Amino acid sequence: MFKGEIEVRLKEGVDDPEGKNTLKTLNLLGFSEVRAVCTSRKFEILLEGRSMKEVRERLEKICQRLLANPVIHEYEIKVSKQ
Amino acid sequence: MKKSDMRVAIVRMEGTNCEQELQDAFTVLGVDSKFVHIKQLKELTGFHCVVIPGGFSAGDYVRAGAIFASLIKTKIFKELKEFIKEGYPVLGICNGFQILVEMGFLPGKGRGRACLAPNDSGVYECRPTLVRNENRGKCVFTNKLKRKEIRMMPCAHAEGKIILEEPKKMLSQLKADDQIVFRWVDPDGKLAGYPWNPNGSLDNLAGLCNMEGNVLGLMPHPERSFFRWQHVDWVRKGLSAPGGYNVGDGRAIFESVIECISKKF
Repeated sequence: MFKGEIEVRLKEGVDDPEGKNTLKTLNLLGFSEVRAVCTSRKFEILLEGRSMKEVRERLEKICQRLLANPVIHEYEIKVSKQ
Repeated sequence: MKKSDMRVAIVRMEGTNCEQELQDAFTVLGVDSKFVHIKQLKELTGFHCVVIPGGFSAGDYVRAGAIFASLIKTKIFKELKEFIKEGYPVLGICNGFQILVEMGFLPGKGRGRACLAPNDSGVYECRPTLVRNENRGKCVFTNKLKRKEIRMMPCAHAEGKIILEEPKKMLSQLKADDQIVFRWVDPDGKLAGYPWNPNGSLDNLAGLCNMEGNVLGLMPHPERSFFRWQHVDWVRKGLSAPGGYNVGDGRAIFESVIECISKKF
């Protein structure tokens, strides 16, 4: 069994309203030193596979087919053996 | 084709909404419609129009519309593609628009990719909004609207900001090919920023159609202003409207598509 950790985040240059609003709120709460907040989503996926290479390729497809939208997202995949 | 022979498929799954309003709209106009759950939808034979309603299909998990789009892709993609190719109209409202974009039907093949990103405000925007008809005659859902006419259709979305992969190039292509259908405007009909543009969409885009004009995706809900009494000012201003007693601003969308089906098939 393998574990894939996929982080999907917005590409540079794409607005991140959730991050901006979090930044505003943190500043309001007195964390005036906070300068920027970026949000991302993490998916942890357990999957069967023969090799790390094969699993990585499948996870790549999973990102392309469902988890990420290529217009606004970029993603990072980490694979480990369970 | 006679109105009484037409059948509309309203495709739904867990989390879609306003199906009833859509069915009521078609019923009032004398057209039969059927709710079809995506799991039960096996073929489109016998239907003359497909509507994908708004809502929060599959809880908006992963991304608005991503799961519904994947289900359609695995269940009925080929049939839907063929349906569109044959010229039958397909309408996607709000979440339905997001789904049509996710599936690549909008802006369409060879047009580059688009995406409906989270609103600039970072919140769910749910209120009356104004859109201006930009179409020069290609879209089959706006034949009954005059060019530059302003209509009130409420918005209700958190992810409605249209982003194009190559903004400049794609925008000029969309303009040239008459694929822009609606833009968010202020009461004077001018392109304006927030709150008139509820999501920060590029060039105030609110609705797009495909190259052939038979697939329309729009963020505002025309079925939520089908009747005059759905307008927030009906108590003050009464139920009389330019289009007739109790005729709301969104009604023309449904009348247009029905007219198109009756002429074409």
